[in-house]
Amino acid sequence: MKNENDRKRTFILITIPILALFICFNTIPLIRGVIYSFTNFKGFGKYDWVGFRNYVDLFSDGRVGKSYLFTIKLAVVTTIVVNVLSLILALGLNSKIRAKGFFRGAYFLPNILGSLVVGYIFNYFFTYILPALADMAGIDSLKGSILSNPNRAWIGIMIVCAWQAIAMNTIIYISGLQTVPEDVYEAGGLDGATGWKQFKYLTFPLIIPFFSINMVLCVKNFLMVFDQIMALTKGGPAQSTESISYLIYNNGMSGGQFGFQSANAVVFFIVIVAISVAQMKFSGSKEEQL
Amino acid sequence: MKNTTTAVKPNKTAMVLLILGLSTIIFPLYMTIVIAFKQPSEMTNSISGILSLPKAWSLNNFREAMEVTDFWNSLRNSMVISVLTVVLSIILHSLMGYTLGRNKKSKVYNFIYLFIVSGMFVPFAILMMPLAKQTAELGLANWFGVILLYVVFYMPMNVMLYSGYLTNIPLALEEAARVDGASTWRTYWKIIFPIMKPMHATVAVITALAVWNDVMTPLVIMAGSSQNTLPLAQLNFQSQFGTNYNLAFASYLLSLIPILIFYLVCQKQILNGVVNGAVK
Repeated sequence: MKNENDRKRTFILITIPILALFICFNTIPLIRGVIYSFTNFKGFGKYDWVGFRNYVDLFSDGRVGKSYLFTIKLAVVTTIVVNVLSLILALGLNSKIRAKGFFRGAYFLPNILGSLVVGYIFNYFFTYILPALADMAGIDSLKGSILSNPNRAWIGIMIVCAWQAIAMNTIIYISGLQTVPEDVYEAGGLDGATGWKQFKYLTFPLIIPFFSINMVLCVKNFLMVFDQIMALTKGGPAQSTESISYLIYNNGMSGGQFGFQSANAVVFFIVIVAISVAQMKFSGSKEEQL
Repeated sequence: MKNTTTAVKPNKTAMVLLILGLSTIIFPLYMTIVIAFKQPSEMTNSISGILSLPKAWSLNNFREAMEVTDFWNSLRNSMVISVLTVVLSIILHSLMGYTLGRNKKSKVYNFIYLFIVSGMFVPFAILMMPLAKQTAELGLANWFGVILLYVVFYMPMNVMLYSGYLTNIPLALEEAARVDGASTWRTYWKIIFPIMKPMHATVAVITALAVWNDVMTPLVIMAGSSQNTLPLAQLNFQSQFGTNYNLAFASYLLSLIPILIFYLVCQKQILNGVVNGAVK
């Protein structure tokens, strides 16, 4: 009995300080963010309550709307590109090849590099190397930097995001492929399942849990994209590449829209939660069917 | 989709495609290295001018970049922040994971578990502005504040990993120690903490990588402290490079070197850690 009390006391003594730290720097700022979203706070000085005005304004604000469209477009396209490419790459890396360890190590490299610096390196590539290459190949439409073209700048950001994310998704797919036992392929081979058929009916259904992990990872990370925007376009040209996080940072921290951008952040938070919950429900039900 | 067949038979096509694909990774790195070593006079507007090997492998660009970006101070800040965050995360998150994992039947602890883990859904964007205010009010707008924030931000993920791992560790181990009269606290450090070593490695890798490369937290919190982390230095000194791209690239390369060395040395642990962190 003495032991039981000691155990309980220890658990309480561990929980209280750590939980307090969590509440102090996660829950309280979250609540404060929600409170600020109902004010016209500029980030300094006095402020008044404005009720739901920030939220009403949010839905009629062209710049906010544009940033949502841009971020969602970027997230959807990049998620598709990344998952297709990394699935192909994982199949290649999981096949019978020489120097497997070397290839896997090399293909993972982009993921460990800081995305800001990677962004700066690609910035130079898009600004100077790609136009020069296009010039040499005689492709007129690519002679200007894609980053200074409002219709194309997002493609540059997509490429940089994908370059790093493919590394991550690939090793997750590889670990998925390794869970598929060899005799599944042998049995399938007898029934004539080879090539694309084998992938569609045997391999892919067996790695669906890994597919959903990658979808969740991708969508969440790309919706929160920030570093790449900082390094490549700073939201330009003509505000065509302002991601939601970038807009909140830029206008909220230094643009005097503390209150208004807090409302934006609250909506963004709700969107992230909704998407995450929907994805988990969706992938959960898909796994059950198997 | 030729690759799909390769799971059964040895395939040369896959090998060739993989080697070709590698160029997408090597090219940006090659470009970075070459430009970092060159002098501005060697950079003509043609492709060959930019991508040819430098005439001399001089370290002058690096010397200058170190001065301009205050490299050693930034490196030290990055190291201190990363190491302390990892150490604190391993200690605090494993304790919390243990406590919550061993009390799954208690309603209160189960609620606390869900409460902490749901912190995973909170994007930094919503915490950013209140935290900038709060850390300034508390005198934490510095590297120490950044560490505290990291310990909080990675808590949901790490607590989930630790308490998940704990389900594989039989309760009988602790009970045996308890019969011998050891306190829970002592039992934890003598028996449970060492057994969770594989999870410590996973937590260390994913936390270290995330912290080392993070830009947003130090940008928002340390903005007024005149101190930089390595990525933050690149951002803050970007304007000082001007059009001297050779200097800029020397600086980029310098900031990548520490993590590249880390990767070369612990590649296996890093790959394992990242996979474990994502899959579990």
